[in-house]
Amino acid sequence: MEKYSALGLLKHSLSNHENWPRLWHNPTPKKKYDIIIVGGGGHGLATAYYLAKNHGITNVAVLEKGWLGGGNTARNTTIVRSNYLWDESARLYEHALKLWEGLSQDLNYNVMFSQRGVYHLCHTLQDIRDNERLVSANRLNGIDNEMIDAEQLQREIPLLDCSRNTRFPVLGASVQRRAGNARHDAVAWGYARAAAALGVDLIQQCEVVDMVIENGAITGVKTRQHGVIKADRVGCVAAGNSGVLAKMAGFELPVESHPLQALVSEPIKPVLDTVVMSNHVHGYMSQSDKGDLVIGAGIDSWVGYGQRGSYSIIEHTIQAIVEMFPAVSRVRMNRQWGGIVDTCPDACPIITATPVRNLFFNCGWGTGGFKATPGSGHVFAETLALGKAAPLAEPFSMFRFHSGALIDEHGAAAVAH
Amino acid sequence: MLHIFCPHCGEYREEEEFRCKGQAHIARPLDPEACSDEEWGHFMFFRQNTRGQHRELWVHSTGCRKHFNVIRNTVTYEIEKVYLVGTKPETEGAAS
Amino acid sequence: MSQTNRLSSGGLIDRRKPLSFQYNGKQYQGYEGDTLASALLANGVDIIGRSFKYSRPRGIVAAGAEEPNAVMQIGASEATQIPNVRATQQALYEGLVSSATNGWPNVDFDVMSYVGKIGGKMMPPGFYYKTFMWPQTMWPTYEKYIRKAAGLGRSSTMKDPDQYDTLNHHCDVMIVGAGPTGLAAARAAAATGARVIIADEQEMFGGSLLSSRELINGKPAIDWVRTVVDELSANPDVVMLPRSTVNGYHDHNFVTIHERRADHIGDRAPVGMTRQRMHRVRAHWVVLATGAQERPLVFAHNDVPGVMLASAVTTYIERFGVVPGNELVLMTSNDDAYLTALSWASTGRKVVAVVDSRAKADGDLVKQVIDKGIRVIFGSAVYDVDGGTRVKAARISGLTADGKKLTGKSETLSCDTIASSGGWSPVVHLSCHTGSRPVWDDNIIGFVPGETQQKQLIAGGIRGHYDLLDCLTEGMNCGYVAAERSGYGPVGKRPEYKVARIRRSPAMPLFLVPHLKPISQAPKQFVDLQNDVTSAGIELATREGFESIEHVKRYTAMGFGTDQGKLGNINGMAITAQVLGKSIAETGTTVFRPNYTPITFGAIAGRNCGELFDAKRYSAMQPWHEENGALFEDVGQWKRPWYFPKSGETMQQSLNREVLAVRNSVGILDASTLGKIDIQGKDAREFLARVYTNAWAKLGVGKCRYGLMCKEDGMVFDDGVTSCLAENHFLMTTTTGGAARVLEWLELYHQTEWPELEVYMTSVTDHWATMTISGPNSRKLLAQLTDDIDLDKDTFKFMDWRPGTVAGVPARVFRISFTGELSYEINVSANHGLQVWKKLMEVGKQYDITPYGTETMHVLRAEKGFIIVGQDTDSTLTPYDLGMGWAVAPTKPFSFIGKRGMAREDAVKPNRKQLVGLMAKKPDVVIPEGSQAVANPNQPIPMTMLGHITSSYYSATLGRSIAMGLIRGGLDRMGETVYYPQADGSVIEAEICSPVFYDPKGDRQNV
Repeated sequence: MEKYSALGLLKHSLSNHENWPRLWHNPTPKKKYDIIIVGGGGHGLATAYYLAKNHGITNVAVLEKGWLGGGNTARNTTIVRSNYLWDESARLYEHALKLWEGLSQDLNYNVMFSQRGVYHLCHTLQDIRDNERLVSANRLNGIDNEMIDAEQLQREIPLLDCSRNTRFPVLGASVQRRAGNARHDAVAWGYARAAAALGVDLIQQCEVVDMVIENGAITGVKTRQHGVIKADRVGCVAAGNSGVLAKMAGFELPVESHPLQALVSEPIKPVLDTVVMSNHVHGYMSQSDKGDLVIGAGIDSWVGYGQRGSYSIIEHTIQAIVEMFPAVSRVRMNRQWGGIVDTCPDACPIITATPVRNLFFNCGWGTGGFKATPGSGHVFAETLALGKAAPLAEPFSMFRFHSGALIDEHGAAAVAH
Repeated sequence: MLHIFCPHCGEYREEEEFRCKGQAHIARPLDPEACSDEEWGHFMFFRQNTRGQHRELWVHSTGCRKHFNVIRNTVTYEIEKVYLVGTKPETEGAAS
Repeated sequence: MSQTNRLSSGGLIDRRKPLSFQYNGKQYQGYEGDTLASALLANGVDIIGRSFKYSRPRGIVAAGAEEPNAVMQIGASEATQIPNVRATQQALYEGLVSSATNGWPNVDFDVMSYVGKIGGKMMPPGFYYKTFMWPQTMWPTYEKYIRKAAGLGRSSTMKDPDQYDTLNHHCDVMIVGAGPTGLAAARAAAATGARVIIADEQEMFGGSLLSSRELINGKPAIDWVRTVVDELSANPDVVMLPRSTVNGYHDHNFVTIHERRADHIGDRAPVGMTRQRMHRVRAHWVVLATGAQERPLVFAHNDVPGVMLASAVTTYIERFGVVPGNELVLMTSNDDAYLTALSWASTGRKVVAVVDSRAKADGDLVKQVIDKGIRVIFGSAVYDVDGGTRVKAARISGLTADGKKLTGKSETLSCDTIASSGGWSPVVHLSCHTGSRPVWDDNIIGFVPGETQQKQLIAGGIRGHYDLLDCLTEGMNCGYVAAERSGYGPVGKRPEYKVARIRRSPAMPLFLVPHLKPISQAPKQFVDLQNDVTSAGIELATREGFESIEHVKRYTAMGFGTDQGKLGNINGMAITAQVLGKSIAETGTTVFRPNYTPITFGAIAGRNCGELFDAKRYSAMQPWHEENGALFEDVGQWKRPWYFPKSGETMQQSLNREVLAVRNSVGILDASTLGKIDIQGKDAREFLARVYTNAWAKLGVGKCRYGLMCKEDGMVFDDGVTSCLAENHFLMTTTTGGAARVLEWLELYHQTEWPELEVYMTSVTDHWATMTISGPNSRKLLAQLTDDIDLDKDTFKFMDWRPGTVAGVPARVFRISFTGELSYEINVSANHGLQVWKKLMEVGKQYDITPYGTETMHVLRAEKGFIIVGQDTDSTLTPYDLGMGWAVAPTKPFSFIGKRGMAREDAVKPNRKQLVGLMAKKPDVVIPEGSQAVANPNQPIPMTMLGHITSSYYSATLGRSIAMGLIRGGLDRMGETVYYPQADGSVIEAEICSPVFYDPKGDRQNV
């Protein structure tokens, strides 16, 4: 892998950029792999990378039915944070956040991870109580988080209306200052390049249409384009389509796929240097390096695979944004789009062995998958390498929905991401 | 933005008047105590999550407050059929 | 400054109405009917912006929504600033203030352009992914400068003074676009009696006809437009929306239209006029008559000011009377662009040459141009441009028949304007919004709409049909079909359109004009002008492995601008296909999503901000609360009195006073907000037994009972007191925030699981005003206001209710208590609420009756260890976890909701978190709510947490702090010590105790 650097850029500019190597190739799939990862989004590519790097398993294929990083990796609002309430999830997301902190250097690819802080607004006394609880739990878990009052919040975010004139005045906020944003596409590309360099086969335009299961164990997958490809173990990381894959393997998941919409404004000069989210008025916003205001909308209540949702959701979101940031009323919304999120009843992911031996699933990240990308990949790689749940993944088994050991993060996840 | 025919009100109304309650025809086990944890977990949480023709329960929450079933395509979002709770549709719409 | 490029006659502007406006601090003049762009061109303004990445000078390219460069800051005051307005879509008005959005110190001389020139080679697509990584700590600094350079215009910093609104419509036929096709469709549909809406983004209806010289039925096209507009205006079933962009086409034929009602008069709009309006339209049928946009050709230095779209040049001449230069070179691959040469020539200015990429062409327009003696150079192309801030010359060369290579000698044509045309791209955007993919059509060299689920018809330019007669006929037919399918017509006599057909010779598929050098070495050939995406950038992306069109788009940022790639995307796809050696059909297109053009946040928000963001609910006693200085707490939609401070009091002093008043005499609480559900029917009792965890079989008439509700998982989700009003009639109360949720949940079970039960439920929350008088003097007080309710302690017992008259008003009185004191909850009809409340206050004076709010209520109930669902519970606690096993009746015959759930493995495991009381070792220390408990505060982080404080107060009654909280295995750990480490490093020590801090036997409520 050619190392990227400013000097390299200068060198290549002298030859008119004609000699840049490919980030990845388009290999013909082998007949058999040690491990097949179904889904070439951020999580799948990260899984492949850590399998190769940390576990020395390089006979790995990532099968992607479309283009790398083309699912929710390409459609989210890029927020990264780890301030989750329960120990199990806090540890998982903090593990991810720590990996984010050195990711650009690790991948030699600038994923533009920017720790500009994430604020959770409190509009009611119960919001304050919930956030105090969260902050206390985070601190004792070694995760930074702090409460600030409305006056300090107003000083830190001039654009936010912290007056008493709003329908639900802001009473305060919790803020995780190590949280922030990253460049979503770059994460997929960076992992893809690094994984490919370690020998992983990235196979695009390769759709899995069936699972090959013999005596209760998976032995391979059937693909639309390349027939059966065999594997010792298979890991499915296909947000938005997990239910479809599970059906192929003959079981159901406690997961429903819903449209989740997002939108951006036209690019404007910097007005907001952080991420602000409000569960109560249902909106959150940040500003990208390009100048777009990046806004997350709510989730539609029905199952939908169409990558689009209802306009009323967009309306409510914009109302919330204008309510919170009245000065942006005259700014214009440029684009909206939708992703498909796999939601779990407890707003926590599933990283799990399944009723089928050697078949593992990593899904159900709901609205919050992007932030977990490195952690999810890291933990799932370990799970696939071990053939059983990695320690951090243990609480996230699909079988928790039988025993009742749920990890209810609705409070911390809510609209939030 | 779905346009939904409420079979109780007898007219099409805007989606904002309704709420989707998830997969239809999930009957509460008649003898819950006879269920294993696994069976009870399935009843509560595990869903078909169908890509394509999906039967789901809706409620006309800001209208007549009545529930009814819908067959809707989860890819095209077209509603193929609306029918009352306790009934099964006479004909199956074509899955797409 | 004079309008050097303005013609003395012609166009649809009104020369009698001059308008002055400001651009970059200078005054200019234009005319009514101008756009800001046409006025700037009339005044000879060449540079209207700087490009995003390389800071190159840029000029106006287009005349409509596809304009990538002329993106302006508009607004005369801070509060009315509008960023990123396309000058081509902004009507000119008197006093308009505009400026360019980039460039320092100004657009004419921009320091950044030197950085762009020198560093440009170092900034290929994706350069930032490859740099700014060392050292790691420097990234925030790098990023600060990246952010500074980003963005176009700026947002206002003030609250928007303007008003926006929303209008809902239903219609039979929704027509998008009021060009010839749309107008013909509207006319046809309207003739059937159908309800029609027709919207167009431009200032006036007419579309391409506004700059056309063609004749319809022997008369100038504009006359036909006026006739049809008059005809439609007279029809009450037709809604006409000019200045209205259909920005989104959603599922089930739902269309959103962004109407700009005052932007054409801007800051001069009268006060109170709605600036913009969103129309939300549910249409039976939609006719897309969105036409087509011209595609420029891509060649080296094609971004120099003076390089324009051919059709835009025609529009400026024909519609605005503006010739944007003196000497024109026209570069085309098709016949249509010859119109531009004819227009230009008609103004008396010079057409240097028409450079046609085709080896030959003999269509009608070509012949006309040749007949005028204009030089036409076939088989050639403009491959490069001379000039920095304005075109100085076009470099042309012969071109191979496949358009892949230059041949022959180069020639330099001196000129100041280059108009280019690569043909037309149908405006398919809306057809894609509901998930339909456009399809490449080689015949028309463009994408056309694909199959759709929507009730949608397409006509005219969007199908790649550009002949005027075809547009009129197709439009008309679609109008009739749409109306008929909506149940109108048929109409007997159809109008006939007579239009002379223009014979066109075949167009050539050409997108990128090759240069003498290969793509990577040629001067910049711009594909997306707003984002500085070049053909070399696209080629580099594919070289690095970005081969999917989506990857190319994302890696190069092609199409991400405010023009959303209307000008450049098809060229970009074609160039991608070319460098990959694929066809355009194979390469495919990216997906168009809403919005078609950007729309104002304020318009989408409409009136639903501030006061109307969410409904506010008040009880009937609100005026009294306000008069008496209550502070309010938001609980759901309700505004509830929080506490009633007296002047000079701190909050704690107020609470202490209110708490002690209840404990020592009598206090009064407005409890109207609690949810109230009236339940009737012969199976009502059975129904209650199924939805509550406890038993209801024996609750007699006149009795009340507290109940807990769980979900199927066995976790508590609401609670309240339900009273038996009559044998088959109950009144259920719920939490304030949970009322609607509970009712819907009850209905769900009744309608889907147990329809055989005869039970009826309805919300009566708003019907009743509820006031709770609580404290040892409450009975005495009530006795003075009723003479028909026997208040004797042995006949009207705790947990009884009685009907009667209070303060002369029919009332229901419930002897229930959330404070632990003798309490009566008096319910009267909401209309009587205020009057009865006032009476209670008046008569209660002798007992020093004290109003108290939610905060005091919380303290009082915490002293008694009563839970608040949602504060002391989350969705993870069973009744047993709350120490409320007494409220569960596992022996009930029916397996009530929650029973099976609370028996699951995890719900019955030992050492679950349980609700207990906690007393800080230092009685004056109130443990902050939310604090997490640990067994050993000196353990290393991450610490093992035992549970958190859910409620914590200073209790004036007890003269010390009290708290409730969860502790792992807490019910078995009474008397043990736990520690609460605080953010400031301090640790609060507390002892686990019973949550009932006061009057544990309940004597006070039973007096």
